Amino acid sequence: MKKLSARRRHPLAAVVVLLLALLFSGGLYAVFAPTSKAEADETAQSLTIEEGKKLYSVGCASCHGTGGQGTSDGPSLVGVGAAAVDFQVGTGRMPAATSQGPQVPKKKNIYSQAEIDQLAAYIASLGAGPAIPTEEQYGPQGADIAKGGELFRTNCAQCHNFTGKGGALTHGKYAPDLEGVSPKHIYEAMETGPQNMPSFPDTTLSEENKKDIIAYLDAVNSSKSESPGGLELGGLGPVSEGLFGWIFGLGGLIAVAVWVAARTAKAKKS
Amino acid sequence: MSTAQDRRKAPAGERVADWADGRLGIYSLAKANMRKIFPDHWSFMLGEICLYSFIIIILTGVYLTLFFHPSMNEVEYHGSYVPLQGQLMSEAFASTLDISFDVRGGLLIRQIHHWAAIIFLAGMFVHMMRVFFTGAFRKPREINWLFGFLLFVLGMFTGFTGYSLPDDLLSGTGVRFTQGAILSMPIVGTYISMFLFGGEFPGTDFVARFYSIHILLLPGIMLGLVVGHLILVFYHKHTQFAGPGRTNKNVVGMPLLPVYMAKAGGFFFLVFGVISAIAGIATVNPIWVLGPYRPDQVSTGAQPDWYMGFAEGLVRAMPGWEINFWGHTLVLGVFIPLVLFGLFLGIIALYPFIESWVTGDKREHHILDRPRNAPTRTAFGVAWVTGYMIMLIGGGNDIVATHFHLSINAVTWFVRIGFFAGPVIAFIITKRICLGLQRRDREKVLHGRETGIIKRLPHGEFIEVHEPLSQEQMYTLTAHEQYQPAEIGPTVDENGVERKVTGSEKLRAKLSESYYGEGAQIPKPTAEEYREITSGHGHH
Amino acid sequence: MSSQEIPEENLPAEQSEQTAGHDEHGHGALSPKDEHPFADPGLPPHEHRIQDVDERAAKRSERSVALMFTVSMLATIAFIAAFVAIPVDRSVYIFPLGHISALNFALGMTLGIALFCIGAGAVHWARTLMSDVEIADERHPIEAEPEVREKVFADFKQGAKESALGRRKLIRNTMFGALTLVPLSGVVLLRDLGPLPEEKLRHTLWSRGKLLVNMNTNEPLRPSDVAVGSLTFAKPEGLEEHDHEFQNEIAKAALMIVRIQPENIKDKRELEWSHEGIVAYSKICTHVGCPISLYEQQTHHVLCPCHQSTFDLSDGARVIFGPAGHALPQLRIGVNDEGYLEALGDFEEPVGPAFWERG
Repeated sequence: MKKLSARRRHPLAAVVVLLLALLFSGGLYAVFAPTSKAEADETAQSLTIEEGKKLYSVGCASCHGTGGQGTSDGPSLVGVGAAAVDFQVGTGRMPAATSQGPQVPKKKNIYSQAEIDQLAAYIASLGAGPAIPTEEQYGPQGADIAKGGELFRTNCAQCHNFTGKGGALTHGKYAPDLEGVSPKHIYEAMETGPQNMPSFPDTTLSEENKKDIIAYLDAVNSSKSESPGGLELGGLGPVSEGLFGWIFGLGGLIAVAVWVAARTAKAKKS
Repeated sequence: MSTAQDRRKAPAGERVADWADGRLGIYSLAKANMRKIFPDHWSFMLGEICLYSFIIIILTGVYLTLFFHPSMNEVEYHGSYVPLQGQLMSEAFASTLDISFDVRGGLLIRQIHHWAAIIFLAGMFVHMMRVFFTGAFRKPREINWLFGFLLFVLGMFTGFTGYSLPDDLLSGTGVRFTQGAILSMPIVGTYISMFLFGGEFPGTDFVARFYSIHILLLPGIMLGLVVGHLILVFYHKHTQFAGPGRTNKNVVGMPLLPVYMAKAGGFFFLVFGVISAIAGIATVNPIWVLGPYRPDQVSTGAQPDWYMGFAEGLVRAMPGWEINFWGHTLVLGVFIPLVLFGLFLGIIALYPFIESWVTGDKREHHILDRPRNAPTRTAFGVAWVTGYMIMLIGGGNDIVATHFHLSINAVTWFVRIGFFAGPVIAFIITKRICLGLQRRDREKVLHGRETGIIKRLPHGEFIEVHEPLSQEQMYTLTAHEQYQPAEIGPTVDENGVERKVTGSEKLRAKLSESYYGEGAQIPKPTAEEYREITSGHGHH
Repeated sequence: MSSQEIPEENLPAEQSEQTAGHDEHGHGALSPKDEHPFADPGLPPHEHRIQDVDERAAKRSERSVALMFTVSMLATIAFIAAFVAIPVDRSVYIFPLGHISALNFALGMTLGIALFCIGAGAVHWARTLMSDVEIADERHPIEAEPEVREKVFADFKQGAKESALGRRKLIRNTMFGALTLVPLSGVVLLRDLGPLPEEKLRHTLWSRGKLLVNMNTNEPLRPSDVAVGSLTFAKPEGLEEHDHEFQNEIAKAALMIVRIQPENIKDKRELEWSHEGIVAYSKICTHVGCPISLYEQQTHHVLCPCHQSTFDLSDGARVIFGPAGHALPQLRIGVNDEGYLEALGDFEEPVGPAFWERG
């Protein structure tokens, strides 16, 4: 100990203490930092919800009520989950111009993804519901296209047509065309059942099933989809084929017939 | 008669012809037909479009039978189309996929076959309308009209059975509809359904059964009818439009050899070429995206090919009437459309006989009517087409609804009302248009053509200069016949005995009055009227 | 009344009377206008085409025709080359057709050109180089001359008399009998096309205790799996896709399962037959048997994509629009000891389209 005390006045002592102190506080920081980060995150999360609430009261509250409890103009949003918000706002369906009309159409989305996340966080805070899916859930890795096709024909084709071109429902409602809809939004739609579409929760249509369906749609109804036979004619089946056959098939042949039967140009009488 | 020596010197072609004539008598046939005259008009080639697409269908159909397996055995698919890998399907569906993806050119032939079928039916429809609106069905061609009508109906069913063969999701839905419609038939429905499908739906038999109907039974009958149709066309000689030098006792045009040999023969290649090109650029019935048939799966937009769309429309528009009595069910919601389908088609088939009964005309007619000169017939035809087209819209009511942003219920109601109101409105409007055109023709003949030149007369009046028509034009515009309404003959015969006037006689007089009575046609100008006006023309 | 009784004056004048004075073969013949102002002037004189008077134009036509035939030959060679050279699975992007099969496009276009050019060449040849003088062919009445008619009838009477068919009634009657009966063998032969209907349309695979198996996952369903507003399709336990009878059985047994808040179910029996608002209806439309399943979860309406029959699933699946004649049959369901949804029997009425014996 004497030795130590003797060295206490060593010119380098101050440096050593400083180093030790630094090490210690560094260690302390290392130990306690995660906690404080979590605290910070919590603050950030509540900030997000706070921001979401602000966005909500400006864009949504007039129809869905100030606390998301719903009004005569819009349903309750308690328990619909973040996925529903991400779908509805991300596809531009919400905020809707009016609650009248058979169905709220898809339109240009006016929110940034960050704002949508804030709104989603706020709505999710009102009651538990499906979360926004991750890319791992809806991405194409490991999906079985053929199985997806079979699932699509069982669960989806009745409304959306065999390759997802859409179709009519009652009284002016319709199932929309699925071309160009992002995999995330398709996943969310199956999960949450927007508007009159029934939901297909994981309990009856597993995550794997959803992935397969998305992969099938990507194969048959995207800008890269192949149509080996030529022009797809809207992919609507016999109605468009019949129209094409009449107009270009028979119409073309009648034009040819007119040429075959027409009189040949006569020499000018001089 | 040539001597043996001459014959030895004759060219090879002639010797072959002589040989054939000695056994088949081809010279007398050739004498009558080699320089047969065909009039030139584009609308006379509509029938050729049908004939040629029929030939194309047979040629491509034979090719398809080489690869198609008409079997409903279940197989697991391992061909080249990825999105169906490992799926269970019938052999019929799998072999259609193979034709489309693994046989080189198979897809092209499949698409030519299907496009040609769509065009064949469309061609027959337009051809039939051409014959109808020009009155070409009149004596002596009523039987040929019926042949043509039968070809149209058989064509519909041949097309339908063919469309069902690949056993895909869409065609299977169509077959299911057929089965449901059969079930709706009173008393015999369930039995016919069991016999047709070899038991319950779908069973494992219908593809093989539809196959023999599609490739053998129906086309066989159709081929016979086509041959008969053509023989009659040759025998009757073609009709022609009125014009200078064209009478009811001649036919003016170009000879079969060489002009029509080249034109008609060439037209076959033109039709085949156009259909091939269409099959190269536009897909038809892409069964691979439809998927294999399963009775618990369905796709929206479930329509038949266009020629069955009319029947589909009737079924869609019908309200759901069902009567239950004494343990039985009368499924009117399906059975009435089934009956209407037959009646609606039947009425156009029988029209020639109705018209000839009303006119009482027993003469041959080889000069075609301009539609305006037979206003009631034309109006009837337009009314029929209107009803047909409204039902066609009804058959696609879901596609109409989505593409025009309408309610499917509203479209259905439009079709329900339109089917009754549409033909009536069309009839009235068409008749008025025809009479208007007749009036204009009359004006043209009597006062000449409007030249668009305005002249100022010395006393200040402005008149438009009318140019008299050429004699060709005047003849053409006045060549049609005008019937007088039939009257009920004297009710007292020469012995003073009163006879009974039958109901059919009264009906006929009434119909005749509506066809040819006052206001139903504009009297065509007479020579006296013309002379009177032309002699006083200078005073204008 | 036969039309022979129509007074002749009701028929219009024969056209030939009106056109009297015109020359039958009449090229350029003009009837005197004074006689009848609208008389048939006869066929107009033939006008020459450019090719008829200008040999250079004719040569040009000849060259065009030959060119078209040559193009056809080249197209056929291209067709064969494409067939050999292009792999059957090659895809190519062609605007505006999209990603299409290169082989199909190449074959279709070359075949189309090859055929079209033959036709176009032949027609152009006919139109420009073959004679275009219109020829009039005479028609002859189709009806036979009266003497011929007399002869035919006389011959027939003679033949009939010689056959003695009218006199020997026994032969005639037995012959007609035999000819009427013999087609019956053909009708009888058709009997084995299929079984008799019997009760086949009345029963499905469902019976008491059968579990409701989810079509997607092939697992039996629990009530907690089925959320309000969701749509699930089920088949009876034990029915597998590989089974021989799968298609026939699923055509009757296919089930559509939805969950509706019990207070929203208007039909009393529907509520009784449900389990906590979970209702199971036949997926097969009662109109003509399409698999109906266009379920709108907010209105509880289900629409058929084939003929638009609409059913209200919250009100006993009664028909509210379209051509279907009666409600969708409901399957009575419950929960077994292990907590799985099970059927409490078969459907109480036949599923699918109505038929005469349905009652």
